[in-house]
Amino acid sequence: MSERKQIIETRRPPKGRSLWKDAAGRLRRRKPAMVCLGVVIAYFLLAGSIHVGEFFDLKVGPTLWAEQVGRSYAPPSSKNVLGTDIFGQSVLRKTLYGAKISITVALCASLISIAIGVPLGAVAGYFRGFVDEVIVWLYSTLSSVPYILLILAFAVVLRDKTLFGYKVTGITAVYLAIGLTSWVGICRLVRGEIIKHKDREYVMAAVSYGCSRRRIIFRHLMPNVLHIVIIDFSLRFVAFVHAEVILSFLGLGESDRPSWGAMINDARMELSRGVWWQMAAATAAVFFFSLALNIFGDALRDSLDPKLRIQ
Amino acid sequence: MTTYIIRRLLYCVPIVFGVLLLTFVLFVVIGGDISIEIAGKGASQETIDEIREEYGLNEPLFLGWDSQFINHFKNALTFDFGRARDRELVIDKIKRGVGPSLALTVPMFFAVVVIAVSLSLVIAFVHGSMWDIFAVVVCIAGMSVPFLSFILFGQYFLAYKWGLFPIFFSSDLTMAQNVALPVLIGVAAGLGGNVRFYRTVMLDEMGRDYVRTAFAKGLSARRVLFKHVLKNALIPIITRMAMAIPFLFLGSLLLERFFGIPGLGYLMVEAIGARDYSVISAMTYISAIFFVVFNLITDICYSLVDPRVSLE
Repeated sequence: MSERKQIIETRRPPKGRSLWKDAAGRLRRRKPAMVCLGVVIAYFLLAGSIHVGEFFDLKVGPTLWAEQVGRSYAPPSSKNVLGTDIFGQSVLRKTLYGAKISITVALCASLISIAIGVPLGAVAGYFRGFVDEVIVWLYSTLSSVPYILLILAFAVVLRDKTLFGYKVTGITAVYLAIGLTSWVGICRLVRGEIIKHKDREYVMAAVSYGCSRRRIIFRHLMPNVLHIVIIDFSLRFVAFVHAEVILSFLGLGESDRPSWGAMINDARMELSRGVWWQMAAATAAVFFFSLALNIFGDALRDSLDPKLRIQ
Repeated sequence: MTTYIIRRLLYCVPIVFGVLLLTFVLFVVIGGDISIEIAGKGASQETIDEIREEYGLNEPLFLGWDSQFINHFKNALTFDFGRARDRELVIDKIKRGVGPSLALTVPMFFAVVVIAVSLSLVIAFVHGSMWDIFAVVVCIAGMSVPFLSFILFGQYFLAYKWGLFPIFFSSDLTMAQNVALPVLIGVAAGLGGNVRFYRTVMLDEMGRDYVRTAFAKGLSARRVLFKHVLKNALIPIITRMAMAIPFLFLGSLLLERFFGIPGLGYLMVEAIGARDYSVISAMTYISAIFFVVFNLITDICYSLVDPRVSLE
């Protein structure tokens, strides 16, 4: 009796791990990727805490960036670790504050591009036909204009405009410009993946139950293409941070608060005087963030989608 | 074949229409009436009216044969973009800028491709060793440094401090001297991403059976790499190159800005500073046309080379 019971026990199929658990396990085994994840989380926490600090008007480090802490262009010392800029403001505080601008911009831009690209791609891939043609036309049009030119055109036009009774200023124009132009990549990916999935058995089963099309797209198909969205998000985030730096540098970004691009712009004139610390601080801030996000993004892609793995 | 080319040509029409619609919506509908801005502070109503008349801002947006919508299309299709803020014809400005831009981007482009492909072949050969890991990390690090930092530090150290190159564009020097440093910086900045891409391409090829056969025949590594692998890897390499070629005409926004090279990138930066919509709109349209035309040419070339390619 007990023997038979044991046989039944062993015949029961082993409990499967979900895609996410599987990926998390694989990610955890990669030590460099976990270190990079830590760095990325630290940057996000920094940006978040500056938001909180500003909201409650707390007087701590980065939110006091405007305070004069020393003479103009003081080199790095024990008092001001990264020296001061032309107004005697601490470069360290400005660099930390820059994280808030960059990450806010990149996050908002990503959310906008996902909010546009994912539903459009899903609808185009599932319905095909006329809807598909219109959406493909839309993104082919956008992608035939060079990316940087498109962002600049949007940023120039949107800046200081009133849209729907809301005045677009500073970084809002930046993330609107980036977000409205960069949904093409994710839309194309999701569309292709949905086309691949829509004839699979589980979708047919859902159709035969009589599920509504909305339910099939968003409850059945979406979870199966979500990993692509996440991978794309993590790798594109870096590009957004770099785009923000370039836009701020060209004077299209935040004008009255410090950002990494604005710091590099200031440094243009300072380098010839031997003032290198502002430049170095902004470069290092961007460098470590993108390095960590690049390495983590690659590891994430390898873990979530083993088929895509690059050797 | 002829049907393919005709169908492929017809396929371009909606794209060009779409780009024109995009520039119209951006610069006319959202951009709005810029006559007051052009006239400057304290301009009389007469001047503003004149400007409105010249730019056709008095016409209706959509309805009527003389509407701004129709005019926008007419002007773009006849390459008549009106005048920039300094009263020069936009099309003349663009024609003048193409030369310097190409002088900068063409050498940069070919240098990056040649160096990146050779490096990636070597890296693919030592694949799996410490050197491979080291190379990938260096590539990712190179991709993570902001482009602006490459330019600023390059200009500061190589030109200003050590005096190896001219700091700024000057018409006394030859073009080669002027673009040497910008090209060098552009290559250094572009290498990381490109080596990484080509490495993946090479590794895909290295895993194929014919490579094993070639090694089994006793061919030298150099022969296998440069004769067999490179030849087969050419298709993705050429695809990537063909996609990049239309963008060469645009020049490099930041490099031209920093070194004062009077190309299209410089023109664009100036136009952004002055909020000169006619220049930005014209640049957007022309670069899109270049892209569409080059895509058309590459597609036709592909279909000539590979009979399996057809328009679905």
